[in-house]
Amino acid sequence: MNIHEYQGKALLKAAGVPVLEGVHCTSVNEALEAYDKLGSKVVAVKSQIHAGGRGKGTMYNPENREEVMQGGVKIAFSREEVETYATNILGNVLVTIQTGDEGKLVNNLYVESGCAIAHEYYLALLVDREDKTVLIMASTEGGMDIEDVAHNTPEKIHKINVDPNAGLLGFQKRDLGMALGLSGNSLKSFFKMLGKMYDMFVSHDCAMVEINPLVRTEDEEIVALDSKISFDENAEFRHKDWDEMRDLSEEEDVEIRAKETGLSYVKLDGNIGCLVNGAGLAMATMDVIKLYGGEPANFLDVGGGADEEQVKTAFSIILEDPNVKGILVNIFGGIMRCDIIARGVIGATQALGLDVPLVVRLAGTNVDEGKAILAASDLNIHPADDLADGAKKIVSLIGGGE
Amino acid sequence: MAIWIEEDAKVLVQGITGKQGMFHAGKMVEYGTNLVGGVTPGKGGQVVLGLPVFNSMVEAVRETDADATVIYVPPPFAGEAIIEAANAFETVKGEGVIVCITEGIPTLDMVKAAAYVANRTNVRLIGPNCPGIITPGKTGGAKLGIMPGHIHAKGRIGIVSKSGTLTYEAVAQTMSIDEGQSTCIGIGGDPVNGTGFIECLSAFEADPQTEAIVMIGEIGGNAEQEAAAWAKENCSKPIVGFVAGATAPPGKRMGHAGAIISGGKGTAEEKFAAFEAAGIACARDPSELGQVLLESLKAAGLR
Repeated sequence: MNIHEYQGKALLKAAGVPVLEGVHCTSVNEALEAYDKLGSKVVAVKSQIHAGGRGKGTMYNPENREEVMQGGVKIAFSREEVETYATNILGNVLVTIQTGDEGKLVNNLYVESGCAIAHEYYLALLVDREDKTVLIMASTEGGMDIEDVAHNTPEKIHKINVDPNAGLLGFQKRDLGMALGLSGNSLKSFFKMLGKMYDMFVSHDCAMVEINPLVRTEDEEIVALDSKISFDENAEFRHKDWDEMRDLSEEEDVEIRAKETGLSYVKLDGNIGCLVNGAGLAMATMDVIKLYGGEPANFLDVGGGADEEQVKTAFSIILEDPNVKGILVNIFGGIMRCDIIARGVIGATQALGLDVPLVVRLAGTNVDEGKAILAASDLNIHPADDLADGAKKIVSLIGGGE
Repeated sequence: MAIWIEEDAKVLVQGITGKQGMFHAGKMVEYGTNLVGGVTPGKGGQVVLGLPVFNSMVEAVRETDADATVIYVPPPFAGEAIIEAANAFETVKGEGVIVCITEGIPTLDMVKAAAYVANRTNVRLIGPNCPGIITPGKTGGAKLGIMPGHIHAKGRIGIVSKSGTLTYEAVAQTMSIDEGQSTCIGIGGDPVNGTGFIECLSAFEADPQTEAIVMIGEIGGNAEQEAAAWAKENCSKPIVGFVAGATAPPGKRMGHAGAIISGGKGTAEEKFAAFEAAGIACARDPSELGQVLLESLKAAGLR
């Protein structure tokens, strides 16, 4: 789960990590009040969306798609400029390299004081899958795309892994700070900041904290100038405050509904809907559809113990996508019995008045009963023997492929 | 021989009085697993499926001399259940296998649990978020997890996979060419887990019953690439592979918490390329795993 920069800054501030003063605004008036309140000659006016690349993005009018302004993060030197930028941002769509062409409607703004920057750094905390520990990664090349830095100048990326038993140790913080070329007050400031940030990472069950840039100010303080924070959704049960921070407008409505019913759904661009049990098999089903010339419309995992009702919900979610021209059901029954799935499929097709071709492949527990139930129905269901057969059948039924 | 879990291994179930635990414990017994008891704190003294329930893992291991435990404890408590099991096996018996089925454990809980287990060299963790491990026997066998037992048969193919149902698919593929399995392991789809691909390959390589291996990976991380590089140097037995997620879009979590392409890394193509570079015979369609395996067996003079 991702949160906005202004929410992340509030968490950092509460944890004791230095950030600049800023105000979250949802209207031009609020932005002007924020400017007055901050009393800073220079302020940053920042679009709040979850995608990155905001500074280099473009603002568009959502109705006529005309360009309104270059950049979704602007530096304002006067009250008038704050007004102009806030007007150009709020209610308009920001397109960045991470949003896709559709872009994101901006409803939130962050107005933040300026500061005198001496140098920009990069800092990130995340879980290292290979080492099975929290990894802290820093670079002197702040403000740049870290993937490019890693690719072109890997020696400029410094890493430390935190032993979960020992915790983040003093020498590690010092080593990392010195690797960034810090000394004196700035090293002290970094040392203190990093300890607090690690504590925040752990106590809030973060999946990732990325500060790009982290800056050294002209008076040798280390300050988080940006913040990109995401949480580990598995830990949601122990963080009641996450609900308030969730911005549902940033999430696909249908993906939220799927999650509420215990389904895992990701929308894709193709036209063959898939309904599968198990994440690995669901991915493999998409892959095989593509292999035989089709394009999957979605990833959908109904989980290990889906019932008739969930199967029905899954069908209705797939059918909401107007691109869907056919559906492939692929179930390898383990705990889930094929006869139950077969009844679910029949119930769903009848209830929803299915009018696209449907191919069903069943395997595993009670497969013969399942197949018999499908065969006995007078519905237009095409049985398949295995995954490849199912994929070939649905591709040919919608007139795609070779 | 099989790997890690013998046909007659003595097995405990943590969370045996819960709905999931009780259901699956029943299925395990039905398959022929030598279940010797269960653990639910506060419910010690009860009897479930005719088996004793203990309050703690230390007590359970002491009383039953169990070789392994299967965890069906809900996510908020599962990390600690792993640690409790590791402590009990280490202190009471000196060794043991922990299989954690639970899906949805916070990653930082797993960071702690994995470090705890790693410090106990004779304790092994499989999972979490996995179907478990099964060693089919001539009749029955040891089923430690949620996989459908009846699709398996004793044989010479070792299977290791990150996924659940896709593992069943691989099992069915071996059966389609009349081959059974030595041991099948689901290592799980979480970013931080216990046993990895390399340990499984290494154990299969050393196991006399296993003559060929099927390895099923998926997008995210680089465990498959490292395993492939390891296999190239260390594995003499034929390996057949598949990687799920060639069509997955970057940046989207595909069901499993670990199945995500981030920063352009961990793609299926990258993994297939690593497999091929290591001489692993790849199927691009899991329905062809059986055929590819048959050809590999023939090439190795095993059919």
